[in-house]
Amino acid sequence: MTPTPATAPLLAPGDRRKMATREAYGEALLALGRQNENVVVLDADLSGSTKTKAFSKAFPERFFNMGVAEANMVGNAAGLACMGYTVFASSFAMFAAGKPWEQIRQSICVPELDVKICATHAGLTVGEDGKSHQMLEDVSLMRVLPHMRVIVPADGVEAAQAIMAVADAPGPCYVRLSRASTPLLFSDDYRFQIGKGAILREGSDVCLAACGVAVAAALEAADVLAASGIEARVINFATIDPIDVQLVAESAARCGAILTVEEHQIRGALGDAVAQAVVRNHPVPMDMIGMDDAFGQSGTADELLVHYGIDGASIAQRAQTLLRRKA
Amino acid sequence: MSLTQSRIEEIQAAAHQVRVDVLRMVHAATCGHPGGPLGMADFMATLFLEHFNLTPANRLAPDRDRFVLGNGHTCAGYYALLAQKGLIPREELLSFRKFGSRLQGHPHRNLDMGIDFSTGSLGNSLSVAAGMALGARMRGYDSRIYSVSSDGESQEGQIWEAATSAAHYRLGNLTVIVDFNNIQIDGHMRDVMNVRDLRDKYDAFGWHATDVDGHDVQAVNDALEAAHGVLDRPSAIIAHTTIGKGVSFMEDQASWHGVAPNDEQLAAALAELA
Repeated sequence: MTPTPATAPLLAPGDRRKMATREAYGEALLALGRQNENVVVLDADLSGSTKTKAFSKAFPERFFNMGVAEANMVGNAAGLACMGYTVFASSFAMFAAGKPWEQIRQSICVPELDVKICATHAGLTVGEDGKSHQMLEDVSLMRVLPHMRVIVPADGVEAAQAIMAVADAPGPCYVRLSRASTPLLFSDDYRFQIGKGAILREGSDVCLAACGVAVAAALEAADVLAASGIEARVINFATIDPIDVQLVAESAARCGAILTVEEHQIRGALGDAVAQAVVRNHPVPMDMIGMDDAFGQSGTADELLVHYGIDGASIAQRAQTLLRRKA
Repeated sequence: MSLTQSRIEEIQAAAHQVRVDVLRMVHAATCGHPGGPLGMADFMATLFLEHFNLTPANRLAPDRDRFVLGNGHTCAGYYALLAQKGLIPREELLSFRKFGSRLQGHPHRNLDMGIDFSTGSLGNSLSVAAGMALGARMRGYDSRIYSVSSDGESQEGQIWEAATSAAHYRLGNLTVIVDFNNIQIDGHMRDVMNVRDLRDKYDAFGWHATDVDGHDVQAVNDALEAAHGVLDRPSAIIAHTTIGKGVSFMEDQASWHGVAPNDEQLAAALAELA
């Protein structure tokens, strides 16, 4: 029998100050620049927003602003990687993953180069900018690419660790970061590992599998469910590709039902990655929360998450519905 | 510096061998792109024999020159020159495009064979070459970064993004040779989508830009040497060529962009080149 994995260390709810994962990215990149002189950073005229600006000021000789030209940024990143550099390239997720997808495929993934696409302002929580800037397809687009690892940190602590981890993992990586300030969940002794999911709360009635900003909502949902006597296991799948197949299978066996939650189209991303692992290893009823074949709209991050059902109450309700399908 | 007559003849002989190899390779593959590499053979041979410093011994040296073939579909000629430089065994050339071959239908990065980058999707290459040039300068290498592009590839918007940033960052170690043969798959470039005067365009983007007869070995060599002397901006050499050069029935024919010769056509072509 597989031993039950330990739960990850969380901050007490009262200690969860807010911080955007892009802020953590900027701080981590600066620290990385001090440790590793092989790190080069590119941005496409959004360094103030993506938070690469701190690196650009500290290491101007290792920072290149490529202007509003993301395809060219990706190609230059590939060329710099050919010269032995570890290259971080940033823009908003819409323009970092959507616009230059073919360049990422041909020039980074095919030759397996050491380029890290760190995309900020992903998902609904971009908020007021609306559908043109709410990138809801990036995880799907990146996940289908061979050699590309896809990471969606749940909070600032995990984002900082993920940046250090991808710098030490040669080859292509995509890190999805957010604009909105969200609660810090993990205490400092949390340890992120590429490819490993983390159990945040133990339970065996249903498994809530989330990533990114949806993780905090999944934890809230578990509280709501607990009030009705339902114990949910909550998992943070920060790495979407490669998904932690062993933890998915073990969770399916333990809980008998899995509900995925993500700030993304439900086609192609976390929901699909978990579903593939489930049907191949231990089929159980599943449901997926996210954008169901729709674009977003303007609004605050919180308004949008509630409207599209990515909040504690909505997740709990969907979990109750899913539980009726359990054998 | 003027090349000696005997050196010019050596380069012309190398270009001739490229043409023969390309025809045999594409014929053996029963598919591929013969026209482009025939047209590019003279400037490619000049670049590879006289300037591009790749050798079997230095193929992994960090400070070697780099080469990126933007119009990756013309790779038969590239592979033939890598064979002449000792990076690919000659007997491997006829495996071109076949299952299991290292000589893929479009180049795949393989430093052991001296192939610096994976190409084939038009428009992507100049950005990569510019990134290599940035990196070489940061490393303090004397490396020169060469890229070959084409008039058809110049229809891709990313080429002009790369042209903008390479000039902005004053990449004097970057040289692009543009194969200007006025042919693309669907016909004559001027009819399909006219890119007009590329020397003027590169000049306007802040590059050192020159026109040259792409079949004149001495002129191509002069243009490359002039490019090396320009340190404060990248250089573009617009090489005017005839697609299918050397085989009369292939010259200036869009139909020979991407079709293999049959047995009779191969024999006729080789007889013309003999």
